[in-house]
Amino acid sequence: MEYVISVLLSGISVGGQYALIAIGYTLVYGILRLINFAHGDVFMVAGLMGIYFTAVLPISLSLPLVIILTVLLGFTIERVAYKPLRDAPRMSVMISAIGVSYLLQNTATYVTGGQPMTYPTIPFLSGTVNVAGTQTKWVVILTPILVLTLVVLLSLLINRTKVGMAMRAVSKDFETSRLMGIRINSVISVTFIIGSALAAVGSVLFFTNYPAITPMAGAMPGLKAFVAAVFGGIGSIPGAVIGAFIIGICETIIKGLPSSWDVSVFSDAFTFALLILILVFKPQGLFGEAATDKV
Amino acid sequence: MQECVLKIEDLKVSYGGIQAVRGISFEVNKGEIVTLIGANGAGKSSTLRTISGLVKANGGRVTFMGEDITGKDSTEIVSKGLMMVPEGRRIFPNLTVLENLKVGAYLRNDDLSEDLEMVFHYFPRLKERSWQAGGTLSGGEQQMLAVGRALMGKPKLLMMDEPSLGLAPIVVQGIFDIINEIHSSGATVLLIEQNANMALHVADRAYVIENGRISLSGTGKELLEDEKVKSAYLGSGGKG
Repeated sequence: MEYVISVLLSGISVGGQYALIAIGYTLVYGILRLINFAHGDVFMVAGLMGIYFTAVLPISLSLPLVIILTVLLGFTIERVAYKPLRDAPRMSVMISAIGVSYLLQNTATYVTGGQPMTYPTIPFLSGTVNVAGTQTKWVVILTPILVLTLVVLLSLLINRTKVGMAMRAVSKDFETSRLMGIRINSVISVTFIIGSALAAVGSVLFFTNYPAITPMAGAMPGLKAFVAAVFGGIGSIPGAVIGAFIIGICETIIKGLPSSWDVSVFSDAFTFALLILILVFKPQGLFGEAATDKV
Repeated sequence: MQECVLKIEDLKVSYGGIQAVRGISFEVNKGEIVTLIGANGAGKSSTLRTISGLVKANGGRVTFMGEDITGKDSTEIVSKGLMMVPEGRRIFPNLTVLENLKVGAYLRNDDLSEDLEMVFHYFPRLKERSWQAGGTLSGGEQQMLAVGRALMGKPKLLMMDEPSLGLAPIVVQGIFDIINEIHSSGATVLLIEQNANMALHVADRAYVIENGRISLSGTGKELLEDEKVKSAYLGSGGKG
């Protein structure tokens, strides 16, 4: 029983971390119809920044700095690599995103020398706590709470504020939004800023649980978060969050099955098998938009 | 001496090598309804899209309220008080009716309640449906919403691109009644229409565009009587 609880808790926690990345994919897709392949690598860079900053600065200073610089990175990537291609075919922007992804990975390899880097121990996340008879790290408890808080705040921003209204308008129709006086480029930047900030928070939570970061460390979580976003219906924030929790929990359960069954190595394959199933039976995902447009 | 709101001088616009507008000049004075009529592809929409900053001109000049706005971006043009009701309505289907109206007032920071009341007075149907998603409205209601949305921007000039397109005749009549009403409240309107009969009836002045040039101009009444206009655009009793 205690084992089951600990598996579930850690599944929820991993799911929450995927959710923070998945929101970045789904927000950007919602507005630009672009799969931002560089997003997972932005997440990895945030992790590396966490390592370098905590080495010289106190944690209370490094973590905000990680978030600020990750936001700056996301903003700059959009301005430099995507904005000049605004009127180009979508495929060109996608290729540009793949280029940025490799640029970040290669730069990370250059900076770290390709060596796995150890993520610092952050006291209030790594400390243990006793839940229902099982010892678990604080990060496991804090992640879902933090994720839900951030999701609620984000929903309020999108549904109740003027910027949020502009985001929803731009996501449907660039040209008409311009005719209303909305600055498209500012709205797109806001999207990247939010996505990168959430990825930075996600990186702290995620890497706290992992021994080391390599330049490829963003690829797998990024890909799974992307699957989560597609699973939930890409473009939908609640979809991405629920999709991420489902994938995180399923994956942890598979990993936690008795080792004599020999299935735990297939946990990643499971994620992608799930993606194929969704695409076959529900191409628009769990919460994918039903078309309400009337012509 | 009438105050000139919009002045177009020798405007030229090209799309991918094709010259859609080949040197058009006209003006809209304060309080007028001016209409540009012409066949599909004559260059009407290109003219409007250029004025609103969606498309860049290749030549000529657009002056709005005495200020040169040629080549300025849409946001800046909107902020000067030029609102457009785009072709095909283009309301935001995922926003509620109320939000669609608020988006029209995006650059305003003052109190909107008075103008919302005005729009609901013109279009009571929108008030009933203010919490519905824009995409659930009928075509005619969407056109009302598109007009209401533009009015929320407190335009000094309201530009309308084919408001009758794809609507049933009775709905078209309703839309034109509103255009008349908005006009009599002092608004200045630039209207583009293929439905020449309706447009000429409401217009103070009109220009006929053919192949990217103005071929004829006069008051709405004059053009309604003009033999060439009658045979080319009105047919027997108009297309409307």
